[in-house]
Amino acid sequence: MSTSTLSRPRASTPAGPPKRRRAARNGGFASSFTVNALLILGCAYMVLPVVWLFFASTKNTADLYGTAAYAFGEPAFFDNIAAVLNQDGGVFLRWMANSMFYAAFGAVFGGLISVMAGYAFDKFQFRGKDSFFGIVLVGVLIPNTATVLPMYLLASVFGITNTIWAILIPVLCNPFGVYLARVYSAAYVPAETLEAARVDGAGPIRSFFSLGLPMMMPGYITIALFQFVGVWNNFMLPLVMLQDQQLLPVSVGISIWQGYSIPQPEFTPMVITGSLLSIVPLLVAFIMLQRFWKSGLTAGSVK
Amino acid sequence: MATQIPTTTGAASTRKQRAMSGTGGRTAALFLTPFFAVFALAMVAPVIYSIVLSFFAQQKSGLGFGEAKTSFVGLENYFQVLQSESFVGGIGRLAMYCALYIPCMVGGALAFALLLDAAVARARKLFQLLVFLPHAVPGVIAALIWAYLYTPGVSPIVSVLESGGIELNFLDNQMILPSIVNIAVWEWTGYNVIVLFTALQAVPREILEAARVDGAGEIRAALSIKLPLILPALSVIMLFTVIGTLQLFTEPSIISKATASVTSTWVPNMWAYDAAFNRHNLNQAAAASIIIALMAAVLSWAVTRFSSRMNKA
Repeated sequence: MSTSTLSRPRASTPAGPPKRRRAARNGGFASSFTVNALLILGCAYMVLPVVWLFFASTKNTADLYGTAAYAFGEPAFFDNIAAVLNQDGGVFLRWMANSMFYAAFGAVFGGLISVMAGYAFDKFQFRGKDSFFGIVLVGVLIPNTATVLPMYLLASVFGITNTIWAILIPVLCNPFGVYLARVYSAAYVPAETLEAARVDGAGPIRSFFSLGLPMMMPGYITIALFQFVGVWNNFMLPLVMLQDQQLLPVSVGISIWQGYSIPQPEFTPMVITGSLLSIVPLLVAFIMLQRFWKSGLTAGSVK
Repeated sequence: MATQIPTTTGAASTRKQRAMSGTGGRTAALFLTPFFAVFALAMVAPVIYSIVLSFFAQQKSGLGFGEAKTSFVGLENYFQVLQSESFVGGIGRLAMYCALYIPCMVGGALAFALLLDAAVARARKLFQLLVFLPHAVPGVIAALIWAYLYTPGVSPIVSVLESGGIELNFLDNQMILPSIVNIAVWEWTGYNVIVLFTALQAVPREILEAARVDGAGEIRAALSIKLPLILPALSVIMLFTVIGTLQLFTEPSIISKATASVTSTWVPNMWAYDAAFNRHNLNQAAAASIIIALMAAVLSWAVTRFSSRMNKA
């Protein structure tokens, strides 16, 4: 099964940079076979669970327990999708839209806030810079989940639990983004360019928006992409903050359905199909934006 | 926040500052204020409020009728949390989880990245994409998929093992920890493969060429040239992995619905959640959160110290 899913697209991709392939002549067939076989094995481990999810989503409850895992049963894929979309008056689409909104808000505005701060840490001289950057690093090191309950406790004082603000404010805070932005600013924005702009009479704000930000755009997109994924994947924050079904992101919504499916097995195909539908947007985003997350990681690790 | 950033006008200006005149504290403050405002709201204030809350307790007077009174109890909540068998047990489980997860994940990622960087590897782009795929799957969904893959009757893995004569219950008391470790390994290995692979690509090709001329084979070059050169990337990964393991919450909470082996207080984060929402003891929940944050701070400090010493050596 794994080979048929893997080998088809393999033929269409170029096999590594040619310079390195020429160096392979002393490797021999055996080691070349071993290396690539191990790589395929590793990828099978990564891919097969998602492939299983796809097969499982085509089955009704009886076939799910009755047929082979990687085989089709009675075609129920579209019935399952219809069931997911119609449950509780279409609440699933509402959850997807919520996830999209929270994640996009965090990506665009949280990303911009991080980029501005990272740029300032790289390009401006001011007193206490090291201490302020130290605070950012402490923020990087504190695990997210350790601050979720404290945030809930504080939010309930202000009465903003169970509102969108309980999600939208925390998703703007991305200390690791600031750290990355500082690296990107140093790599992409030459000080001479800014100096030239200053000589030409551009203020620091003007030169950030017309020079710095466009030059850092790949970094901004990378930071935004990672923030998008982080918010989309976040489970504990919305679980703690939100009770209203209409405000939930898809991660928490599906976990509620999973709770229903324990006493009522007929919910199981909906949990599985809903899971599949919920990962499609991220998969598409990742494949389309490959260039950015890869170039971003490269810039980060070379520094 | 802005007022805390002094301008450089009063400071003795260094040569660098003179070169960057006009880009001093006031503009920096303008760029930094949004971040530090959000940071104060989403991290500093909640932690401070929780510290305050953790020193108080709600006490019912008399027979438990009437209004609860809030009173200052000092470190009492901390003692109660640390004396709780389930919280300490959770720390133990988390330690065992780390001991199993970190070598498996980091070792796996390193091995895969080195294989991918081997001269004979084909289709690198496709392998990178496939190995990164699980990172695009949210933790909740990953835990759900694997929960089904562990459930007899639905799981292809269980039925293959059964036809081979092996009876294995992934969800019983012995197997539950490795089973949860496997979910985390699946989610994070690919991400770290990409980080390590990009670091490997930055290794100067001339060094590898020289090693090859001197007769070093592929494996020898990987272990004695590539590995030492990517140690900095490896130590960054270690740091973030250690911080990440303390976040453990999503996977066991999802799995806890599928099996009784995972209790509602299985790891410290679940204990804190349970304290707040099932036992309705917010003060204890606050104390538990502070303890978790402190553990994270101590651990990441230790890892940073250790890895900087390793990088110097």
